[in-house]
Amino acid sequence: MEKPLMSSASLSAALIDIRDLSIGFTGRNGQTLPVLRNINLQVRAGESLGLVGESGSGKSTLALAAMGYLKRGLRVLGGHVQFDGTELFGLPRQKLEKIRGGRLALIPQNSGQSLTPSLRIGAQLAEALRLHSNLPAAAHPARIQALLTHVRLPDPQTIVLRYPHELSGGQQQRVAIAMALAGEPEALLLDEPTTGLDVTTQAHILELLRDLARETGMAMVYVSHDLGAIARVCDRVVVMYAGEIAMVGSTRQVLRDPGHPYARGLLASIPKLADARLPVALDGRPPAPGGAGEGCAFVPRCVIAQEICQTNRPMLEETPNGDLVRCHRPSLARTLPIRAESDAAPRGEIGDADALVLDRMAISYARPGLFDGLLRKRAGGALPATVDDITLTLRQGETLGLVGESGSGKSTILKSIAGLLAPVGGAIQFGDGAALPGLVDGRTPDQLRKIQLIFQNPDESLNPRQTVAEILAQPLGLYFGLKGQALLERSAELLERVRLGAHYLDRLPNQLSGGEKQRVAIARAFAAQPDLVLCDEVTSALDVSVQAAVLDLLDALRRDQGTTYIFVSHDLAVVRALSDRVAVLYQGRLCEVGPAAAVYGAPSHPYTEVLLGAVLEPDPDTAPTLSADDVIELAPPAQGCAFQRRCPRKLGGVCDTDTPPWRVDRATGHAIRCHIDRSAL
Amino acid sequence: MLAMLLRRVLLGLITVVLVSLIIFAGVEMLPGDACTAFLEREAQGQLLENCRIDLGLNQPAFLRYLDWASGALTGDFGLSANGHKTISEMVGYRLRNTLLLASCAMLTGVPLALFLGIVAGLWRDRSPDLVVSTLAIMAMTIPEFVSATLLILIFSVWLGWVPGIVLTSASAPVSEFFPAIFLPIMVLAMVMTAHILRTVRSSVIEVMASDYAQMATLKGVPYWRVVFGHVLPNALLPTINVVALTIAWLLGGVVVIETVFNYPGLGRMMIDSISDRDLPVTQAIALIIATVYVGVNLTADMATMLANPRLRTLHTRKR
Repeated sequence: MEKPLMSSASLSAALIDIRDLSIGFTGRNGQTLPVLRNINLQVRAGESLGLVGESGSGKSTLALAAMGYLKRGLRVLGGHVQFDGTELFGLPRQKLEKIRGGRLALIPQNSGQSLTPSLRIGAQLAEALRLHSNLPAAAHPARIQALLTHVRLPDPQTIVLRYPHELSGGQQQRVAIAMALAGEPEALLLDEPTTGLDVTTQAHILELLRDLARETGMAMVYVSHDLGAIARVCDRVVVMYAGEIAMVGSTRQVLRDPGHPYARGLLASIPKLADARLPVALDGRPPAPGGAGEGCAFVPRCVIAQEICQTNRPMLEETPNGDLVRCHRPSLARTLPIRAESDAAPRGEIGDADALVLDRMAISYARPGLFDGLLRKRAGGALPATVDDITLTLRQGETLGLVGESGSGKSTILKSIAGLLAPVGGAIQFGDGAALPGLVDGRTPDQLRKIQLIFQNPDESLNPRQTVAEILAQPLGLYFGLKGQALLERSAELLERVRLGAHYLDRLPNQLSGGEKQRVAIARAFAAQPDLVLCDEVTSALDVSVQAAVLDLLDALRRDQGTTYIFVSHDLAVVRALSDRVAVLYQGRLCEVGPAAAVYGAPSHPYTEVLLGAVLEPDPDTAPTLSADDVIELAPPAQGCAFQRRCPRKLGGVCDTDTPPWRVDRATGHAIRCHIDRSAL
Repeated sequence: MLAMLLRRVLLGLITVVLVSLIIFAGVEMLPGDACTAFLEREAQGQLLENCRIDLGLNQPAFLRYLDWASGALTGDFGLSANGHKTISEMVGYRLRNTLLLASCAMLTGVPLALFLGIVAGLWRDRSPDLVVSTLAIMAMTIPEFVSATLLILIFSVWLGWVPGIVLTSASAPVSEFFPAIFLPIMVLAMVMTAHILRTVRSSVIEVMASDYAQMATLKGVPYWRVVFGHVLPNALLPTINVVALTIAWLLGGVVVIETVFNYPGLGRMMIDSISDRDLPVTQAIALIIATVYVGVNLTADMATMLANPRLRTLHTRKR
């Protein structure tokens, strides 16, 4: 039995009271595997609590358990969950239904999938009101309008008639928030509510949640892997590791000087916007459920682990700094760095030769259908191309970061360079001046070998039925004709290079962790000895600590091999850590191109400014600047500047009609495409 | 949306025309024609020549196709090769009988399949599911002629409740098919129920595990409202196509069942016409079955489109 987090006097005031809770499931050979171990957690009315941890740390399970809900297969092994004095597990379903969605509401991770696809938004909100409010049915429509306005959704009259799939991700999330507010809850559980949203949308949603919490005095439990989001909305942070609470402290304590080595490692692994250095990887992976031994669960990854850590499980104890830490040596832990300490990492050599030239490339997804041809409709019709006028030159060994919100055409450009999607205009050239045919069918094997693509999600890009050896044998056999012993040796060498051992050769992808899978995908790309590697959001499906390791690996590979990268990401801090030059895309058009330091500094294109302003830093003293609406545009405007509709610095008619000129700084090559002069930007 | 529907209908029509061409060409390529079949051993010399002139078989294939196809459009498939009965009359009764059997089987099988499938899905891995799933596997794997024979043994031989075979003539009024039709209905309903309920079951399980079903529960929606309001409308969508395929299978003539029960349906007529080398009848039935397949699948696609807001609003969505 562990010490409760608060003195017994304040216990009675806890709205959500979780005591000694353990949850687990039955493993394949019949033993019970714990997912949560002896959790003690109290949330007071009006308090805003953050739950952070890597995937698999049990944070979502804990949040759902706070509603008395368990996913299929899980069961309570011991302990209590009380809401305002009522025990939730074992409560009759009818009473539980009164509390859920009423006094205790959930905002789910992925609203797109959490709204019922066959019901209109209005019907789903009306259902929540019918269940949880005392309003007469006649008053429901007005209340629904008020709720939608409250979450700052434009045009609520039309929204109620929409189906969930007709809304953008940000709008869906707002609807979910409105639905949670319908029952006027006392406590709100938020399960990664902004994960998967664009930076600007995320910042807007977080501001909305902050304001709501302040207005209504709701308690909030905010589950996230993103310390930046936590820093913005929470008073107190709980760090979870391997189903246990690793530490608890005020947001400031946890983000500034945490006493647990894991929390410090986590902080150091986050790339920061103002920092061009690579974040420090936190090596290893958390133990599988039931895999933690007698001692501290963090031992295998802990750099200050000692003998006692192997044998004795540390208790959650208060340190002199006032935070609660589950560590035998919290004062020693505090000597560990929480940010990169080295000087700016030495970049690879950038050659003088061009590696790739994109000349006014345009890509369109509109394809004439069977009947369009018969009706003599022109391809694309009046719609402007999805991606247009992309002119970029990459030099040998250079890394170009490509940033922009979802739908900005980042991945489309990569697909086109890789030959998966033929451009409708412009040209792609290799450095030697040879034009690249638009599609893979037209390219020579050598051209194909030179360009390799690494995908976002290794779960989908690796064939689940092939072993790692078979996966690597594909490019090695295809491009180099390797067989037998030579093939095996080369595969093993590649695995060493991505910091996996030769013993991984006979594993299947589902026997690997997310980071290991992505390393295999990287090894597959490098097996071809490419000149140019296209990285499509390669770290966004990974935990931060794993992301840092993958970034480090990519960096080492390019320094060894002089590879040229195009690195696509929606995360501006990640792009900064790896890129020599950065290009900012909006609606398939370039807004700004230049050396990383210049793009991240002033002057900036208004869109770059909006993007940079919306980034959340893991720092309680920074706030995002919201300078433009987070409206999602579905198609670029037919003429003028691509950013005209959202631009906070729009000049007027000229932005609507004329394509803005490139304003170039001759010394650095930093170029901004805007009607406003550089000196005024 | 409307353009989309019209497009599908047009594609369906094109498919039917192509199928009719293939059927015609296929029959054309077979050695012999209606006259050789009709005249049998006397099919030679002047007699054959005269017959061909009589029936217009000496004309080019292209003209004969046009003649046949335009007749088929008005329901006139010409004359049968043996005897001088019109095909439309012969096939008409058979089609009616098949429709009768199929619709009775559907009216029994589809509701039963939905009910059992939903029960099995909601009580996943518990006794109702185990019972239903086991029975479904049995119904699917035991060959129809075996289950048909068993049912005859039980219900007509041992219990004597219903006749074991249908002795009614093809053109008899509908009422005379009862009660002999009960056993064929039972066998067909069993097989189709098994197929459909398995789809319903897995679909219900999938949707019950979806994020939105979980969200509805955590919103405090009572269990049965989650099931009826949030889960079933989404879970039943994929079953529309399975139901359609099953219906097409039923209407296409279930030869084995018709043979076992001596039921005068379309399937058996098809087999008979093939063994009799009655090419005009074979052609006509093949075309009817193909049209039914296309029609039923088209209806199912359109029903799915209308029932699924994602597809329904796909083309009206604001750009």
